[in-house]
Amino acid sequence: MEAYLFIAPVLLTFVIFLIPSRIRYFYVLSLTLFTVAITSIPAFQVLLHPDDPAYILVTGFKSFTLTFTIDNLSAFFLLVTNFTFLTGLLYSNGYLKSYRDTKSPVQFSLHYFNYNWLHLSMLAVLMLRDGIPFLISWELMAVSSFLLILFEAEKRTTLKTAVNYLVQMHVGLVLLVIAFLLCEAKTGSMSFDALQFYFKNHANIGLFLLFFAGFAIKAGFIPFHTWLPDAHPAAPSHISGVMSGVMIKTGIYGIVRVLTHVQSDMYVIGLIILVISAISGLIGVMMAIVQHDLKKLLAYHSIENIGIIGLGIGLGMMGLGSNNPFLTFLGFSGGLLHILNHSLFKSLLFFSAGSVYKACHTRNIEELGGVIHKMPRTAALFLIGSIAICGLPPLNGFISEVLIYLGFFRGLMDGSIYQSIALLLALISLVLIGGLAIFCFTKAFSVVFLGEPRTEKSKNISETDLSMLFPQYLISIMILLIGFFPLLFIQPVMGIISQQFHINQAPAMVSITQILTKISLMGGLLVIVISAIFLLRNLLTKKRIVKTGPTWGCGYTAGTCKQQYTGTSYADNFAVLAAPILHTRKEYREIHPEELFPSKRSFRTHPFDVFHSGLNKVLDFSMLVLKKLARLQTGNIQHYILYAFIFMLIIFFLLYLKIL
Amino acid sequence: MTGLVLAILTALFFPGIILRVKSLMAGRKGPGIFQPWKNIRVLLQKGSIISNTTSYIFRFAPLVYLSTILCATILIPFSTMPSFFGFQGDFILFAYLLGLGKFFFIIGAMDTGSSFEGMGANREALYSMLVEPAFFILFGTLGMITGHSSMQDIFTLFHFTGHNEFIIGIIAIYLLIQIAMIENSRMPVDDPKTHLELTMIHEVMILDHSGFDLALIHIGTNLKFAMYGLLIANIILPSGGSFVYRIGFYMAIQILFAGVIGLLESFRARKKLMKNSQFIVTLSSIALLAFILALLLMNRMIF
Repeated sequence: MEAYLFIAPVLLTFVIFLIPSRIRYFYVLSLTLFTVAITSIPAFQVLLHPDDPAYILVTGFKSFTLTFTIDNLSAFFLLVTNFTFLTGLLYSNGYLKSYRDTKSPVQFSLHYFNYNWLHLSMLAVLMLRDGIPFLISWELMAVSSFLLILFEAEKRTTLKTAVNYLVQMHVGLVLLVIAFLLCEAKTGSMSFDALQFYFKNHANIGLFLLFFAGFAIKAGFIPFHTWLPDAHPAAPSHISGVMSGVMIKTGIYGIVRVLTHVQSDMYVIGLIILVISAISGLIGVMMAIVQHDLKKLLAYHSIENIGIIGLGIGLGMMGLGSNNPFLTFLGFSGGLLHILNHSLFKSLLFFSAGSVYKACHTRNIEELGGVIHKMPRTAALFLIGSIAICGLPPLNGFISEVLIYLGFFRGLMDGSIYQSIALLLALISLVLIGGLAIFCFTKAFSVVFLGEPRTEKSKNISETDLSMLFPQYLISIMILLIGFFPLLFIQPVMGIISQQFHINQAPAMVSITQILTKISLMGGLLVIVISAIFLLRNLLTKKRIVKTGPTWGCGYTAGTCKQQYTGTSYADNFAVLAAPILHTRKEYREIHPEELFPSKRSFRTHPFDVFHSGLNKVLDFSMLVLKKLARLQTGNIQHYILYAFIFMLIIFFLLYLKIL
Repeated sequence: MTGLVLAILTALFFPGIILRVKSLMAGRKGPGIFQPWKNIRVLLQKGSIISNTTSYIFRFAPLVYLSTILCATILIPFSTMPSFFGFQGDFILFAYLLGLGKFFFIIGAMDTGSSFEGMGANREALYSMLVEPAFFILFGTLGMITGHSSMQDIFTLFHFTGHNEFIIGIIAIYLLIQIAMIENSRMPVDDPKTHLELTMIHEVMILDHSGFDLALIHIGTNLKFAMYGLLIANIILPSGGSFVYRIGFYMAIQILFAGVIGLLESFRARKKLMKNSQFIVTLSSIALLAFILALLLMNRMIF
């Protein structure tokens, strides 16, 4: 009976094309709610009863069977996915309204159809363990997200970006197929569960790295990230939120799933993940600082946050490798909790950035400014997201980061000297990531929302309607809930780790509970102190004169609003410091001393991604080689027969010489 | 809690001492010790002018700024006295609470739309980002030496007079003094004495704040000094001795700290703005030096 429940949503998605456009959204919403319900209920059951075995559902047709398995690791990811997809759908209705005139109903249907398919394929990815069904749903996920990015396909850049995305996803797919085939060749079966037999008898690190590379392309670890900063801005905002919030996390899911089977080399694997993550985190946030495009800035922050998640996971693996359960728990719980946290604040940020884009029709932060006066609620929501993403207390980002920090400090104390040095460097990178994130989000928030409007675009705007604000409120509530009551969320996460890696959680749980209790107490205290001072100020200054006037201009008030501090000027002192890593091209003409009356001038900066241009160089080179090789393609049938003949001759000689 | 009370007490005379030392060094008599607080009292009684450009962020920022400093100070224990809020890794929360305060302070300055305040805000963001690693490496080192990660345990188990710890202690004190100077935008980085518009960081960020809000910011800044003084005192304070003896010791250290700041400010020139980042990064490398030294002293450098 239940098996049909899992198949039904798949079939019901096709009905979207038949539904009249008036009620299409409600149909999609109820379908999504149905999907969310049937997957979340078993997921909750599995998470809340850690002693029960995993929820397994077998379905199929004759000899072809599908096995859906929900263990607590899948359950955790399922719930995160469902929440973000639901809020994304709620947000999409308002967001897509403005496209009603330009897009046909079929395009809308196709969009929602793909949205549902992305959701379903991601759920399948999280539940399927066998190689072939897993890879098929992995592929479906890539294709449906590709079509979702293409919503505004009339823009040339969107098309180019989407194709680039599709190509890179397939590079990842090839790596995964090879990894699974290797596993099949040695163990005779092709599934995640078979990996443990492979890892028992063979070197662990090689196959793991293959899997890691395949999944890292999806997750966006540097240097596999080049698709990410382009694809997120190109997609509509609810899609960016979903892609950045949960889709890239399937890469992390894959990595963690493989890690649960790894049986040796754990320390080295942990170290490798740690190094790649630290680099991803640092370069991600550094690149984010110099961006002008608000959504591109957020996209680079996804790379940064994937880095933070990876730091946690790497630390956890090092703990496993050195038999230090405390490190394992701190690392993995920080990493896993950060997955949930990042899905929340990143989707919130993308949604509120989308509201700004919808109102102002530009994503270039240099053209915005003063949005807070017209859109105070959106500004407050973006602020909540910014504080959370910077990992500042009392919001959720701090909780996961503090766990990773604690792990680093714990790891410094015991273990070899190499471990101390490695963890100290990881610690420094995490500290710098935190500081740079504050730098970046003070810039993004201030330039977009504060001050005066820099151009006409942000002048005549109004607050978005409730339908778009409501999902953002939901996310904010979750952010506050995790920030103030982290214990509610840490217990299931600890359960996952203890079950997946077979270690007793009790000793670590005691001290983590103690730490998190104190942190939530402190959060409460902070709120009390702020409100006390607020009330005191209101009480004391009630009868005082409060005048308003222009901003103090130091004797010379700015001529135009364009003279305000811009994003570029804010980022400049950092860009100068980090010039060896960040390549920014500046376009301007200097004023010559002889030029008495300077003419009109312009100033532009273009941030470059070093890896992007590196990839382009490789691609250009291979294009060059391939073009040379194209000479062989003469179109003459005799030549082709000659090629075949030469090939056979070579084979013959090789066989004759016993080389082959 | 004792820590907070003591920090507030010292904050009352701290800025006065700095001012007094500076004026004595300049050959003037200088204002009384409590003059800075008298100024704050006047500000608290004044009305205010608020810029048209600003939004709710501007009024909210000083509240958060002061509150985070208060909450961060609560976390610091006093000598070996148990602190209620302390836990393993509480200095992470300490640093991040201050980070939250800075975040609001920066966006509060940016809210005015003034390019002066933008400049200050931007520099504040950069410098506080650069100084953070030094603080964390320092506490990582102290944690490694003592084998614990809460400020309470670190300060109880770290014996300043122990012959191994002494050199680390000296580096720690040096670093904390420099961090306090940078976090408060004082001498080698910024000069609070100059004309308002010419100071580069802190003073330029509060150009538009007035009345009660400005008073809140000044209170916060004064408290921040006392807070770092408390940290320094904790490193030096012996774990034995009666309560009164330790309080006396603490007060002496705080007064000395204020005096040192006054002296540093009198005899030190402000660095060129472009050189500031280099200077701040140097602190991290000094902290790294302490870390390596700790590895050596603990005999962990065995290859």
